[in-house]
Amino acid sequence: MDHDTDLGGPALAFPASRCSVVRAVGNPDPAIRRQAFADLVSAYWKPVYKYIRVKWSTTNDDAKDFTQAFFAHALEKDIFAPFDPARARFRTFLRSCVDGFVANAIRDSSRLKRGGGSEVLPLDFDAADAELRVQALAGRTDLDDFFRQEWVRSLFCGALDDLKQQCATAGKKMHFEIFLRYDIEGPETVPPPTYEQLAREFGLPVSQVTNYLAFARRQFRQVVLERLHGSTGSEEEFLEESGRLFGGVKP
Amino acid sequence: MNWLSDNVLAHLCKLDNEPDLSGTRYEMIEKIGQGGMGSVYLVRDRALDRQLALKVLNDVPSGAIVEARLEREARIIARLEHPGIVPVHDAGVLQDGRLYYAMKLVRGKRLDEWVYRATSVPERLQLFEKICDAVAFAHAHGIIHRDLKPQNIMIGPFGEVLVMDWGVAKELGQNQSVSNQSDKNGPLEASQTIQGTVVGTPGYMAPEQARGDSAVDAGSDIYSLGAILYFLLTGQAPAQAEHDPDASMPASTLIPPRRLDRSIPRPLEAICLKALSAEREGRYTEVTEFVADIASFRAGRRVRAHSESLIDAARRFGSKYRAVIALVLAYLLMRILLLIFAGF
Repeated sequence: MDHDTDLGGPALAFPASRCSVVRAVGNPDPAIRRQAFADLVSAYWKPVYKYIRVKWSTTNDDAKDFTQAFFAHALEKDIFAPFDPARARFRTFLRSCVDGFVANAIRDSSRLKRGGGSEVLPLDFDAADAELRVQALAGRTDLDDFFRQEWVRSLFCGALDDLKQQCATAGKKMHFEIFLRYDIEGPETVPPPTYEQLAREFGLPVSQVTNYLAFARRQFRQVVLERLHGSTGSEEEFLEESGRLFGGVKP
Repeated sequence: MNWLSDNVLAHLCKLDNEPDLSGTRYEMIEKIGQGGMGSVYLVRDRALDRQLALKVLNDVPSGAIVEARLEREARIIARLEHPGIVPVHDAGVLQDGRLYYAMKLVRGKRLDEWVYRATSVPERLQLFEKICDAVAFAHAHGIIHRDLKPQNIMIGPFGEVLVMDWGVAKELGQNQSVSNQSDKNGPLEASQTIQGTVVGTPGYMAPEQARGDSAVDAGSDIYSLGAILYFLLTGQAPAQAEHDPDASMPASTLIPPRRLDRSIPRPLEAICLKALSAEREGRYTEVTEFVADIASFRAGRRVRAHSESLIDAARRFGSKYRAVIALVLAYLLMRILLLIFAGF
């Protein structure tokens, strides 16, 4: 029996809900703190890097240095400790920390050399630069909006990687492939693929394409929400952001 | 995955909110509406190859109460088989856990979008009677709507009228009349319900409803019908204040319809104002009584809501028997002329 024709199909075994890495970076246990910090960097480094490039009009080398130095400084000085979810979103708080850090660095003319005494994080700046080149940045005046959009992009890209990995582990590669063709490549294709085309391409009945897509979308949503939960500062912020992302959909 | 364009991000946000129709007989076509409780989608019923409207609950944190409402709405509509009430074909739970019900796809315009000036007063009254018929039918089955307003009324291409959105309807006990305020809906159905909000829409809501009184009954629907009549006569709601229970239009603050349009007949204005009486006792006791007064007006008979003067009565008589009076006058004139000419 093909379980995917059952109502919803069998659910993938996803990891338990991530606790907020924002809160975990203040954990007294160094191992937890370090892991949380790594997750936080993974979620925010690209938005931070692009934001520095756009807001501060820096060269890519300077932006790379600032990004590396900012996260190294954050880890060393525990600058996220004063974050108060009652006062602002974590994203807003982080952005103001970045602004303060870059402003100080420029004022002191102490351009930080990459790797100068600090751990160098393995961040793919070339990819971020390539993205910036294809992005329509002209007319971007709302930097808060820009930073948020980059954060959403980073969140969704990470979620897509997670989904790919989890589908592969669960033996559901085709589910992911169909999702990729229809929902990721589809909006960029003219005309977008139809269910019938995908059914022919993958040798499935149309109803199965519907079921596979529904399954992948459901799991994608779950992964996005897992990641979102990890990168927001409080339950309220998580609910607000998830509502903003998905139009009021319950996490 | 290294890169997702803005276009793809927008698509992903949107699709996530779309209901998951896998495992159902429905195929998504497009979203056609959004309400407080849920969204309405145009879908194709694959089994019968027809298009339907699928109302799907918005997945929100207060889900338990809202789900109960949607379930109840489907149950209520299913009980009300009337040409003026949109029929429900199916109800259930989607794969994503959201509740849905499939109903007839209503094509047409909402009453508030309908160009009221494009039709004559008798035509508008005819339409109003159809709205009243549907509401009277519901009342006869122990159900009051509680959110009657032009936005919840659809006018079909052939003039058919459908009363929509029974999501906040109140279901009364089996042996209770609609004017009896006890109900069998439990705490969900008090007038102050979801998250402390007041059920209804400012401008069309009876004062007792705006105050959050538990004594909401058929009289509240009659008030709302009066407000719809007001809209049909003047093109606007009786009061358009922000939601403020204290300011929610006691009759004394209402602008009488004739002040907005002098061509509105006095008896019709009186009918409208009687239905809009701030006090429950001042209104019609039943929708049928309200409709009877409208029918009397249309037929040129005396209406209960209007105590007419001798001049009013003469005017009504003249209006009703215009043709007969004209014939009699013509006959009399002819006789006079004949007498005059015979004298010569």
